[in-house]
Amino acid sequence: MSVPLLQVADLKKHFPVRKGLLSRTVGQVYAVDGITFSLDKGETLGLVGESGCGKSTAGKTILRLIEPTSGTIRVNGERIDALSRGAMRPWRRELQVVFQDPYSSLNPRMNAGDIVAEPLVNYGLASGQALKDRVSGLFAKVGLRPEQMQRYPHEFSGGQRQRIGIARALALNPGLIVCDEPVSALDVSVQAQVINLLMDLQGEFGLSYLFIAHDLAVVEHISHRIAVMYLGKIVELTDKRSLFASPQHPYTEALLSAVPVPDPKARRKRIILSGDVPSPINPPPGCRFHTRCPYAEARCKVEEPAMREVRPGHFVACHLRKVDETAFATIARA
Amino acid sequence: MATVPSAAPLDIATPPRGMVRDALRRHPTMIVGIILLVAMVLMAVFAPYLWTIDPQDLSPVRRLRQPSELYWFGTDMLGRDVYSRTVYGARISLIVGIAVAVLSVGIGLFFGLITGYVRLADTLIMRVMDGLMSIPPILLAIALMALTKASLENVIIAITIAEVPRVARLVRSVVLSLREQPFVEAAVASGTRFHRILLRHILPNTVAPLLVQGTYICASAMITEAILSFIGAGTPPTIPSWGNIMAEGRSLFQIAWYIILFPGIFLSVAVLAVNLVGDGLRDALDPRLARRM
Repeated sequence: MSVPLLQVADLKKHFPVRKGLLSRTVGQVYAVDGITFSLDKGETLGLVGESGCGKSTAGKTILRLIEPTSGTIRVNGERIDALSRGAMRPWRRELQVVFQDPYSSLNPRMNAGDIVAEPLVNYGLASGQALKDRVSGLFAKVGLRPEQMQRYPHEFSGGQRQRIGIARALALNPGLIVCDEPVSALDVSVQAQVINLLMDLQGEFGLSYLFIAHDLAVVEHISHRIAVMYLGKIVELTDKRSLFASPQHPYTEALLSAVPVPDPKARRKRIILSGDVPSPINPPPGCRFHTRCPYAEARCKVEEPAMREVRPGHFVACHLRKVDETAFATIARA
Repeated sequence: MATVPSAAPLDIATPPRGMVRDALRRHPTMIVGIILLVAMVLMAVFAPYLWTIDPQDLSPVRRLRQPSELYWFGTDMLGRDVYSRTVYGARISLIVGIAVAVLSVGIGLFFGLITGYVRLADTLIMRVMDGLMSIPPILLAIALMALTKASLENVIIAITIAEVPRVARLVRSVVLSLREQPFVEAAVASGTRFHRILLRHILPNTVAPLLVQGTYICASAMITEAILSFIGAGTPPTIPSWGNIMAEGRSLFQIAWYIILFPGIFLSVAVLAVNLVGDGLRDALDPRLARRM
């Protein structure tokens, strides 16, 4: 088997909480606290979780926009987590980003053509007429008209701006694009267009996406596998079919029960979690979800559950799930 | 109206030029400010052609004449023509105002960019700036003038030093918020080098608030210069600045009211004009900035 495009192992990002005159560190925000996953070429991994669970921080840390506290990040098998700013630069061509807010992710003082051309100029990949041709090619790829290159960001709609952002991300021919809630700020009809554009581009260029979102319906549509995050940790990681068919973690169960179903007659049991998400400054000991988990046992309060493969390809961090031996046996026999 | 369909009131996507035109329509006072300011500049530039005589021309015989057809604003205790002195005085005020605005914006921008990006410099430089800011600018300028000899350059330098901390603080805060903007992160992610990020992503977005701040500094520098000259700590008495003319007229106020009145009116109008332009610019540029940042 070939080396995965992206391997993240035990990645942590803690932000110090400083106080007082001398900026003493009085605590840590455990924004991302040991996440492990890998991503193959041409694959989309959805990263879901509620606000503040650390999914965006995870994305930015992988892009080295934020320095990781510990853990390793490998791209094509090479470690990039400790590279200096200069040594990181060549790797940035492999990793690009599309942000959530199409208004603040484009410089209001640069025209659309210059925004998309910037990555190419940075690496000296094209200049003059060749640059112009490349940019207009990218514009056409994302469904914009090349004549719009001279316009400024405020002259575009939200969906068009997001297309400009995607064109900029595509300019360097990256292997991976981290999509940080790329459609959350858009209207539903425009969301569908942008999602379909991303999927078309994936088919054409063999792109991988780390797709960060809180909208499960969107994630289900675009992802191959899905990782569910809670308070800085991945609690469940599997392919989308088994996640939606048989969620193993109690938190995932509750999340899925909250997805609206487009059928007014549907009767479902909605799992309502009690309490709020605990603060990431002082996460609960043991399993982080035990304060809200309807099934929590004494053990959950002291012992932190490890990620286990309970069925082939289905990882979950919960004490209450037993490894399904028969499923493994079936695979082994086949 | 019909010629600019893109400038509809609800259209937030109006190009900059339309914004300025819009702002002018919404702020007729800005037009008044611009007209007054242009008139003031023209007066300063073409002072020798505006029926003036040499502002330093002494003539004891005709001293302290009331305003008349011959001496529009009267003459002072040395027989100098107050009208000529006032018209030439516009040069000093405008030079001081513009020079201080340009210098303090330039220097403040430099310090603001450094403190916005370098943590250590931030703690060091900003403490010094806080110290300077705790002293009222006029007092600081007087203290600085006391240290050196009176000259136009020294006045400009003294007022600039007093104004720089305000600009540095403004630029620092703008830089700090810009650094966290997704478009800057996207630029970093696409391999943009540091100097290019500063030049293309940070700097252009500081222009609007700086332009507004610059006009206010220009106005306050004109007042500070007049105050310094009035109390004798400003430009040397040989230079006809509005502050100097008023200072000379102060002791004669009860018998020759016109010496102090006319330069006072001109100073007020000049400061008002700059402030009107600044207010208009602020309203034209700020909402857009707030919307985009």
